[in-house]
Amino acid sequence: MKSAVAALAGILFGAGLAISQMTNPNKVLSFLDFSGGWDPSLALVMGAALAMSALGYQIARHRSATFFGDPIDLPPTAGIDVRLLAGATLFGVGWGLAGFCPGPALAATAAGRLPVWIFVCAMVVGMILFRRIDAVRSHRS
Amino acid sequence: MTEFSPVSALIGGALIGTAASLLLLANGRIAGISGILGRALAFEPGERGSWRILFLLGLPVGAGLVGIVRGGLVTDISASIPTLIVAGLLVGFGTRLGNGCTSGHGVCGMARGSRRSIAATCTFMATAAVVVFVVRHVLGSP
Repeated sequence: MKSAVAALAGILFGAGLAISQMTNPNKVLSFLDFSGGWDPSLALVMGAALAMSALGYQIARHRSATFFGDPIDLPPTAGIDVRLLAGATLFGVGWGLAGFCPGPALAATAAGRLPVWIFVCAMVVGMILFRRIDAVRSHRS
Repeated sequence: MTEFSPVSALIGGALIGTAASLLLLANGRIAGISGILGRALAFEPGERGSWRILFLLGLPVGAGLVGIVRGGLVTDISASIPTLIVAGLLVGFGTRLGNGCTSGHGVCGMARGSRRSIAATCTFMATAAVVVFVVRHVLGSP
C-alpha cells in the first residue's frame, strides 16, 4: 500500500511538472533570464507547490506518525555550512547551463529524446562520483 | 523565449505540492528528487528502498500521460551535448553535496521554513540566473 502511494505521488509529481511545462528546459531558462522576455511561470509553479506542500507539512506537524504508523523523517533545518552553499552553487551552474534540474529531467525522459537521457546519465554519474569522493573523505577524517 | 502560462503553472504547481504532501503523510519522506535518486543509486537491498524506485518511475509515467493527452511533451533544449554532460555532472554532484535540489530545498524545505533550504534555494536560483545571463547575453547563444 505504501509502495502504491509512493508510485501515485511520483505520477502526480511528474504530471504536475509536465502540465506546468517545467519539463521544457527553455521554459525554465526563460524564467531564469531576467533581462530577456521574462517568463514568470516558474515562480507561480513554485508558489502553488509551496502552498500545497506547506499544507501537508502543517498536517504532518500535528501528527506523531504517518497514515501507516511509520515515523516522519524530516531533515535538519538549521546549520548553513560551506557544503550546503557550495553544493547549491554547483547545482545552480548546471541548472543554468541546461535548464534541467533532477525532477523535470527524470520526468522529461518520457519524451524519449536522446539529449534528455544524456543529461540524466551525466547526472547519475555526478551523484555516484559524489558518493565515491564523500566515502573517501569521511574515511580519512 | 516562452509565453507566461499562469493557469497551467498554478495547476501543475498545486499537483507537485500535493504529491509532496502525499509522500510526507503516507511514507514520512520529503519529496526531494535528488535525495531520493541519490539514495536509490545506493541500491539498498530488500523492501526498504523500493518506494524510491516506484516514486522515481512515477515521474516519467505522469509526464508521459500528460504528453499523451496534450499530443506531445515539449523538451526544447538549446544546450549542446557536451554542455548537457557538464551540466548533468554538476547537477548530480552539486545536489548531493548540498543535500537537495529545487524540490527538496525549493518546495519541501521552504514549506517548512527551513533556513538551510531558504539559503540553498537563494544560492542556486541566483547562480543559475547569472549563468543564464552569461550564456544568453554575454556569450550570445540563443
